[in-house]
Amino acid sequence: MRFIDEFRDGELARGLAAAIRQHARGDRDYHFMEFCGGHTHAISRYGVTDLLPGHVRMIHGPGCPVCVLPIGRIDMAIRLVREAGVTLCSYGDPMRVPASGGLSLLKAKAALGRAGVGGDIRMVYSGADALTLAQRNPQRQVVFFAIGFETTTPPTAVLIKQARALGLGNFSVLCCHVLTPSAIASILESPEVRQWGTVPLDGFIGPAHVSTIIGTRPYEFFAEEYRKPVVIAGFEPLDVMQAILMLIEQVNSGRAVVENEFSRAVTRDGNRKAQDLVAEVFELRRSFAWRGLGELPYSALRIRREFADFDAERRFAVGYEAVADHPACECGAILRGVKRPQECRIFGSVCTPENPIGSCMVSSEGACAAHYSFGRFTDLAEAP
Amino acid sequence: MCLALPCRVVELRPDDMAVIDMAGVGKEISLALVDDVVVGDYVIVHVGYALTRLDPDEADKTLALFAELGEAALQETTAG
Ligand code: SF4
Repeated sequence: MRFIDEFRDGELARGLAAAIRQHARGDRDYHFMEFCGGHTHAISRYGVTDLLPGHVRMIHGPGCPVCVLPIGRIDMAIRLVREAGVTLCSYGDPMRVPASGGLSLLKAKAALGRAGVGGDIRMVYSGADALTLAQRNPQRQVVFFAIGFETTTPPTAVLIKQARALGLGNFSVLCCHVLTPSAIASILESPEVRQWGTVPLDGFIGPAHVSTIIGTRPYEFFAEEYRKPVVIAGFEPLDVMQAILMLIEQVNSGRAVVENEFSRAVTRDGNRKAQDLVAEVFELRRSFAWRGLGELPYSALRIRREFADFDAERRFAVGYEAVADHPACECGAILRGVKRPQECRIFGSVCTPENPIGSCMVSSEGACAAHYSFGRFTDLAEAP
Repeated sequence: MCLALPCRVVELRPDDMAVIDMAGVGKEISLALVDDVVVGDYVIVHVGYALTRLDPDEADKTLALFAELGEAALQETTAG
């Protein structure tokens, strides 16, 4: 496909790899965090790490919306189905995220109909499918389980406005949208980075599609305030390699600014129309629980009072209760860049993509799933 | 979750909708988040919505830069 295949070209990759080897100084190490799961996936799938010199290391970041979803949020969705009898519509990835009591949306779906439990769970490609379902089934309460970073938030805003325009009384949204800059701030503020230096961080590869919406401006604060270079990059392997090269050059010259490798889709200001829609429908939550990062202030969105009729949390009075992760699961440390997937003792044995114990093993953008699918053989090769 | 694909718009429809060509298959998506899209434009599509237009000139420039940097590096490697 055009604008994809060219950015995976092997010849160009060899050239960029040579450029990276040339620019990376031999007398120091480089540690860069790729914030997004999309980058993590590209790095694992195309073996980008194999093309990098040993002293240029990539650290996986928390930018996978499925991975940062806490168990308690999935529990809320399941409670809406079981107790309020709603038809819950979810994107595919959250369906397999582990919830309390050995459940997931997928397992809860399989158990439906038994023991007189009402409600229904449907997987949708787009929130628009949930809206259509509500229009066609006026007797059912349809709830859209809205998760995701700034990429996925504007479509949800459009849906809520459409539902209001249509006067739909049987459609609402369980809003779990989170904000990228808050997650970056929490990494930079973490003791591992600030005090202990256990997570050395020389720069960030910034989000691709999130940035099409919010633009590059929000990252300028991090570059200035924390003196960390940020390069916004597309999700193809060549984009990632070019971003690494740009980061190395910034580090070498002692600069810390925001640069944009993904200029074919991202501008400094982003998509104003989408930003306005989001601002009209959503407002900041005072605090939101993230898996691995804990409660982060002003890090997520909720539906404004003006649209309260379409807020499932208000309509069904369902509240969030924190639930601890599986005791062996290291997702929290992995999301903060403190540990690598292979350092979890149940990685690949008890926890696999077929039977995920933690959320990082669910989505193909999760660090554990990416490493399981593409990286394990490298571990074997490295083993003595 | 955040994945999105560049797709060509092949038809505009009422109510901010459009048909895109997704690997040879026509698919209806929403243009509610973008303005002034015309047939032939490439848009980046995520969960059924165009997030932004893709700028083909910038894409070409980026690819040219990859080639230039790579060539320079490979030449230097052989020379050295
Ligand atoms: S391997 Fe599974 S249990 Fe271990 S950290 Fe990853 S997701 Fe959690």
